[in-house]
Amino acid sequence: MTVLAIEAAGPGVTLQDRGRRGYLRFGITAAGPMDSLMFATANRAAGNPPDATAIEISTGGLTLAAPEGPLGLALVSAGFRVALDGEALPPSCALTLAPGQTLTVRAGPTGAWGYIAVCGRLAVAPVLGSTATHTRSALGGLDGRGLRAGDRLAVAQARAGDDAPQRLLAPWLDRDPARIRVVLGPQDDYFSPDQIAAFLEGPWTVSARGDRMACFLDGPPLTHMRGHDIVSDGVAMGAIQVPGNGLPIVLMADRQSTGGYPKIATVIGSDLGRLAQAQGGTRLSFTAVTVDEAVAARRAEAAILKEDVPREPVLRTDFSAQFLLGLNLVGGVTDGRA
Amino acid sequence: MSAPPRILDAGEAALVVEFGVAVDPAINDRVLALDDALAADKPAGITETVPTYRSLMIHYDPMVLDRGTLTRRVLDLTRGDPRRAAAPALWVLPCCYEAPHGEDLEAVAELVGQPPGTVAALHAGATYRVYMYGFAPGFAYLGGLPEALAVPRRPSPRPPHPTNAVMIGGGLAAVATVPMPTGWYVLGATPCRLYAPERSESFFVSPGDGIRFEPVDAATFTELARREAAGERVARREEGIR
Repeated sequence: MTVLAIEAAGPGVTLQDRGRRGYLRFGITAAGPMDSLMFATANRAAGNPPDATAIEISTGGLTLAAPEGPLGLALVSAGFRVALDGEALPPSCALTLAPGQTLTVRAGPTGAWGYIAVCGRLAVAPVLGSTATHTRSALGGLDGRGLRAGDRLAVAQARAGDDAPQRLLAPWLDRDPARIRVVLGPQDDYFSPDQIAAFLEGPWTVSARGDRMACFLDGPPLTHMRGHDIVSDGVAMGAIQVPGNGLPIVLMADRQSTGGYPKIATVIGSDLGRLAQAQGGTRLSFTAVTVDEAVAARRAEAAILKEDVPREPVLRTDFSAQFLLGLNLVGGVTDGRA
Repeated sequence: MSAPPRILDAGEAALVVEFGVAVDPAINDRVLALDDALAADKPAGITETVPTYRSLMIHYDPMVLDRGTLTRRVLDLTRGDPRRAAAPALWVLPCCYEAPHGEDLEAVAELVGQPPGTVAALHAGATYRVYMYGFAPGFAYLGGLPEALAVPRRPSPRPPHPTNAVMIGGGLAAVATVPMPTGWYVLGATPCRLYAPERSESFFVSPGDGIRFEPVDAATFTELARREAAGERVARREEGIR
């Protein structure tokens, strides 16, 4: 069977599918991708169902090999540094990883999460109906943990991909994190109108201590009108809770199923990915929209994913030192095949 | 007849149906009655529901089910204060309060000014209501703790407790399902696994069910824990909770 070998993995690199469904009522976190649009784009580019298991890459980076046989991959990121045997590739590309080759992915100037979908099916046993990894409760993925050096992932129905690396063109992933749309509530009535205005206007700075559970925001603290404790109720992904210190926390894929702080607003589904991709230090503000506007944004996103992901050959404009040396430019020797 | 629930948006893909703002069995019953009604009605587009103390969160796919239709359905289903679809179960969980399991029994005894034996007897004498799950996999919040045991949570967490620790804190009771540091006090341990992801029935206790703890000695606990580990479910179900 074809195998994907993990040669190195930073913290926070996990296997994810669309997330665990139906168990929130028992306190089970949904998990699933931080950026569902990018995740689905990677699966689409690999020719997989949109919710197939893929690797979520953190800024910790990842090094991969396919020692047993060639394997097609689709890698989608928003600015990660990608190299095949040291030769730079675009942040989003499709390629065939051949035995002996090494693919490295490292953090770049933008983006916090990237996805690798394999052409085939990552053979991982689901737990409670899903392969999504939730490390805090040790569920899903490989033994409920992140990937690490030495892991070997079996790939069923493996297919090779393009002969030469292709650049994936996914302009819908060029999303500006500076404005994030929210639907106010469910507990916006815990805040006075001027505090709602202050919340929307910000600007907020994304803290570097965020993870799959939450995105922490720094800025002038908000004040509550009627205390900061509520009797615990349900928590949706994107819920923005305001604890006692007045600094908003956006609850993300690995959030708990319920919580006890007032939630001033909820990030709309279509903007969760762009928020997730904001690196520490990013400044942003919020725009309140209606439920109808949020649903329209979802429909637009769903339409994008019905189309194939366009690709074009990689033009070598970004040369590695190794590649330049290999050209032997000093001697001016021409290709002997001519 | 009670007032209709408040319906709040939690984004465009979840609704909060709020029956009150307090921890109260009657409010929780209304939450669970709506949960039962939706489970029977199965409107297309509902992805899952999460009952909590005082509200039901309905996660839905807004491209399949629009907010207006869902809201009208919810108001229809809550009209006239429907009752729950079936009587809740009462579960009897063996519990060992002896050493080494009752790690914090002495500390609680000191806090409430009663001998440890009385603390254990008070705890085992109550019937608890499963209000909701949350916080961690299979972690159920149990109401009905006797007033005399209503100690606040610890100001700072104690070291991790073992799985299946039976705990109290903040006026509630709970059974730990995964080891972690906690602000609760450990009174004992049950051999029952309320959460077993590999078991076909990963969870057997539902919100609204009752729970009683039945004291067992350390030797019995060890034997029951062995049977539980071998795949048996040693919790006993009794009908007719109230």
